[in-house]
Amino acid sequence: MKLIIAIIQPDRLESVKQELYKEDVNLITVNEVLGHGRQMGLTEVYRGVKEMGNLLRKIRLEIAVNEDFLERTIKAIIKGAQTGETGDGKIFILDLVECIRIRTEERGGEAIG
Amino acid sequence: MKRFLALLVLFALFVIPAGLVYAEVETGQGAAPAPAQATQATQAEPAAKADTGDTAWLIVATALVMLMTPGLAFFYGGMVGKKNVLGVLMQCFTILCVISIQWVLYGYSLSFGPGKGFWGGFEWVGLKGVGLAPYADYAATIPHQLFMVFQMMFAVITPALIIGAFAERMKFSAFLIFTILWATFVYDPVCHWVWGIGGWLREMGALDFAGGTVVHINAGIAAFMTAIFIGKRKGSNGHAILPHNLPFTILGTALLWFGWFGFNAGSSLGANDIAVNAFVVTNTAAAAAGLTWALIDWIFNKKPTMLGMATGAVGGLVAITPAAGFVSALSAILIGVFVSIFCYFAVAWIKPKFGYDDALDVFGVHCVGGIWGALATGLFASKAVNPAGADGLFFGNPKQFFVQVIATAVTVGYSFVASFIIYKVIDLVIKVRVPEKDEIVGLDLTQHHEKAYTILE
Repeated sequence: MKLIIAIIQPDRLESVKQELYKEDVNLITVNEVLGHGRQMGLTEVYRGVKEMGNLLRKIRLEIAVNEDFLERTIKAIIKGAQTGETGDGKIFILDLVECIRIRTEERGGEAIG
Repeated sequence: MKRFLALLVLFALFVIPAGLVYAEVETGQGAAPAPAQATQATQAEPAAKADTGDTAWLIVATALVMLMTPGLAFFYGGMVGKKNVLGVLMQCFTILCVISIQWVLYGYSLSFGPGKGFWGGFEWVGLKGVGLAPYADYAATIPHQLFMVFQMMFAVITPALIIGAFAERMKFSAFLIFTILWATFVYDPVCHWVWGIGGWLREMGALDFAGGTVVHINAGIAAFMTAIFIGKRKGSNGHAILPHNLPFTILGTALLWFGWFGFNAGSSLGANDIAVNAFVVTNTAAAAAGLTWALIDWIFNKKPTMLGMATGAVGGLVAITPAAGFVSALSAILIGVFVSIFCYFAVAWIKPKFGYDDALDVFGVHCVGGIWGALATGLFASKAVNPAGADGLFFGNPKQFFVQVIATAVTVGYSFVASFIIYKVIDLVIKVRVPEKDEIVGLDLTQHHEKAYTILE
């Protein structure tokens, strides 16, 4: 079992979701986060005082999958989020120790899907 | 470079006329003050003296109408995404500042200066000759300057209404130029035709108590045009862009409703029985329309919605505007009920069908509501309510309905064509729409270098 964490641009969320649905990945958690990669932040000015290099709005997706779903999920995220511009985001893959469905108390791979 | 060009255009449009007017008025006064003052004094003094009650009410009414523009800012601001809310508030406040100056410099003269032409003329430029004595042809019992500043607030809110159509995607510089040109070449002439001395629609007998044609149809059609030509918002295709703060929108609705008492009851230009009638029917129509929209929501979407009720109430206020001084309270209920039906149809059926992205439904509410109001005036107007008005179709005078149709058609046609030309010229010089990237980041950060809300702090 793997946990996929992806940081993407807010405006790509819709297309990433569509790509995931096409691959039958329907279970995702979405967060609005602030982040800072290579992309420059935007200048802000308040009563003449400048603020530089601020954090930018990003979307963070969390998707838990079994091994056989891993590659197609990664491909779907890339397909939906890639524009070629700086700031398209990152995908992190983590090993997942356990997964438990609260309703039925199922454990492991069964509980993910 | 482009920014420099835009600022240069603004300078040419605004600062140069201001300088010329200043030179003209201030030095002109030095050259020939005595005869001008003397003739005015001998003419005005015995005939007209301002009534204290009327003056007091109109000062309050003017302040009420002023509050409508910030109210509109919140009404619209709540409906856009949170990355664009400052952009909308900023546009409303900018119009408040810019048109206030434009009106003093030349807007009032173009709109209300006596004359039979396209505009009213230039003799009141810089408020030359617009003094504290009443000007009987417009309002015999209040100072001329009070009439001027009351009308100023109407000139302010009209272009502000259009903001809702191009919300979330128009460049600030382009918006600023559009506003000044639109006020000068669309609002001022139409205002003159309908309300100015010598205006041809006024002489034809068109009834527009507080601005159904001049304000709402005029702005609504311009909004329709910009919504079509600026294109859809990114991400709006097939999706609703969700309002980020509906309580703002309700606050805005409340301020609009409150301010509208000044708008309509103030348009009687005196503290009199017509003002009371306008006050009563304004409240009645807003209530009937708000309730009707909520019921329509309940029937078609299973639950009554807050945004629906607020939209309906604004629609009701729009529709009663041209009729406020001429109809009874029972007619106001009918006007209110039907405006919600028509506007709901425009917003929920026509808009998706034709696919234009009138972001905050300026056309669907203000234009459709305004047209219904203008026509309803021709149906429900009654001399029993206002002897100075006229009877409508339902009171045995079909001619009035016909006149209302002409006034509406002229406003629709002229506003569409003139707004389109202004829009296209600006689009050729500096692109009207922000670059895609700026639209994604939001207008607050890209146009104003500010954001409305912090996430972490």
